[in-house]
Amino acid sequence: MNRKAFLIDITECVGCGACYEACKEQNHLPQTSDDPLRDFLSDKTYTIVEQRGDYFVRRMCQHCEEPTCVSVCPVGAFTKTEIGAVLYDESKCLGCRYCMQACPFQIPRYEWGSLTPRVQKCIMCFDRVKEGNLPACAEACPTGATLFGDRNEMIEIARQRIAENPDKYYQHIYGLEEVGGTSVLYLSPVPFEELGFNTKLLKTALPNFTHDALSKIPSLVSVGGVLLTGFYWLTNRKNEIAKEKFEQQKNQRGN
Amino acid sequence: MNIHIKRLLRPTFWKIVAAIILTLGLYSIYLRFTGGLAAVTNLNDHFPWGLWIGFDILCGVGMAAGGFTLCAIVYIFNIKKFKPIIRPTILTAFLGYLLVILALLIDLGRPWAIWHAIIMWNPRSVMFEVAWCVMLYTTVLFLEFSPVVLEKFRAEKLLKIIRGITIPLVAIGILLSTLHQSSLGALYLIVPTKMHPLWYSINLPWFFYLSAIGVGCAMIIFESYLSSKAFKKNLEFELVSDVGKWIVVVMSTYLTWRFMDLILNDKLSLLFVDSIETYLFWLEIVLGAIIPVILLAIPKIRLNRAGLFVSACFVIGGFLLNRLNVSVTSLQGFSHVSYFPSIYEIIVTLFLVTLGVIIFNLAVQNLPVYEKTEEQILVEFEIITDDDLKVQEAK
Ligand code: SF4
Ligand code: SF4
Ligand code: SF4
Repeated sequence: MNRKAFLIDITECVGCGACYEACKEQNHLPQTSDDPLRDFLSDKTYTIVEQRGDYFVRRMCQHCEEPTCVSVCPVGAFTKTEIGAVLYDESKCLGCRYCMQACPFQIPRYEWGSLTPRVQKCIMCFDRVKEGNLPACAEACPTGATLFGDRNEMIEIARQRIAENPDKYYQHIYGLEEVGGTSVLYLSPVPFEELGFNTKLLKTALPNFTHDALSKIPSLVSVGGVLLTGFYWLTNRKNEIAKEKFEQQKNQRGN
Repeated sequence: MNIHIKRLLRPTFWKIVAAIILTLGLYSIYLRFTGGLAAVTNLNDHFPWGLWIGFDILCGVGMAAGGFTLCAIVYIFNIKKFKPIIRPTILTAFLGYLLVILALLIDLGRPWAIWHAIIMWNPRSVMFEVAWCVMLYTTVLFLEFSPVVLEKFRAEKLLKIIRGITIPLVAIGILLSTLHQSSLGALYLIVPTKMHPLWYSINLPWFFYLSAIGVGCAMIIFESYLSSKAFKKNLEFELVSDVGKWIVVVMSTYLTWRFMDLILNDKLSLLFVDSIETYLFWLEIVLGAIIPVILLAIPKIRLNRAGLFVSACFVIGGFLLNRLNVSVTSLQGFSHVSYFPSIYEIIVTLFLVTLGVIIFNLAVQNLPVYEKTEEQILVEFEIITDDDLKVQEAK
């Protein structure tokens, strides 16, 4: 199956909250607020609709192309699936919460009060998508503000929209290149920082930052090993020479 | 008569304090394992790592750095005169690592899965490297310390085996420590946009490593001062003063590198911004590096027992502040929430420190950590061989 993606067009969103409700229902999440516009992401809420001035902004896991959460987890509890969904396997997780610390979008949430806590976030309705259906939120959206489909197609549509309506759209597709690209793409009428998006993100995928450090380990170990042995041999030799001298002197004295 | 009463009372006071801390600590841990992390910590989705990671783990591992530093000095550089303090230092490092593991078991959300890192591999993760370093180095420290226990029980055969592999063991220990100390810094490489620029640097692993060596040296001074007070072992001072010199070298390299890093990345102006981060940065640098480097560069202070001790305390204080700055201060700005540890988090931290001190004392009282005859020390000081000693004894 092709790589999938969401296309969220903020100009089309009316803030009805249908996506929020559909997500709760699909994932059997308890009610956390009467007003979807006032709720926040938590272990019980995978997606929210934020009001920012005149606009409404959906938020959820970006399903990064090269996800930081996948790269940092010591036991590989996160995986990037072929269709693009980033999934979590609680049976592997240690609960170190490095994934939460490292995610550039501050997405993963934790069951802090639980004795068997899990990391929680949007899962792109993996089971539905696998069977060829739309994610619950995309199906529920009455205006088409949340689209879902092949990532390439979504990018095409996004490009077309901003090219055809330069007055309506700010000329940037958020998620196309941020941290190496994500499977959630946003179109906005205004600059993204005005809507609370982190626009300081680099284009490089974050896992590259640690890769550089980690890839030095083998050479560090071998060079270090050689150095240590060398030093040991040198200084030991020095002491031995001193010892020989000492013994010689002692023998002379003895004679 | 007076002295006797004092002597009796003083430990009792500390015993009471320790008992209170231990009880409260156990109670907090009980709460942690009945109510989850939410019941005892101030951690939240925006601030997933707090005091336990910042202090118990980052600082705990750092303070154990005395172990590998001294091992390198004694066994690799063959400066044998430091051998008398190697056992207490290794003991400290070993206890340090055990406490780090205990802290991990409390902090991890699913501590029963801690062993997963052995079979579920993700070598791309720095945390994976950290996990393996903790496991392997604790084993190495255990083996390095084992002769002390084996001597006590006169297990000659085992002793011989362990003694035979001392050098490779030490070499592995140094490599593992190098990896571990630096990887704790590397953990933060992944958050370039979240971390305050005064601390974020691509060189974080090196800064962690260098400052760990610095604090390792400081710990050697600190411990031998305390043990000379508590156990009346005086011989260490002359040696230990030399360690002060190395601190000057290590910490001035560290200082230069950190400022070069700021200069090269155009961050100098940040040093004069009026913000809590700037003040804490200066506090860390001035207290932990500039002051001790100056103090220790003056021979009069370095050769003075109190002067040396105070300088070492500066290094340790600055080190602790650095690790807390990296793990807490530098991340507060981005997360928009201010985190301050809960009383339970603080109690558990005190609990671990107290536990460490108690076990250290018990070990020192019951195991031959310091017990060495004058002759044996001579063997290590001068270059007399064991055989000489036997010859002497035979006479
Ligand atoms: S947004 Fe965060 S949690 Fe989601 S895939 Fe990216 S790194 Fe992982
Ligand atoms: S909390 Fe779990 S999923 Fe997240 S990095 Fe740690 S082990 Fe992996
Ligand atoms: S369902 Fe569609 S229109 Fe309604 S809040 Fe969600 S994205 Fe906006």
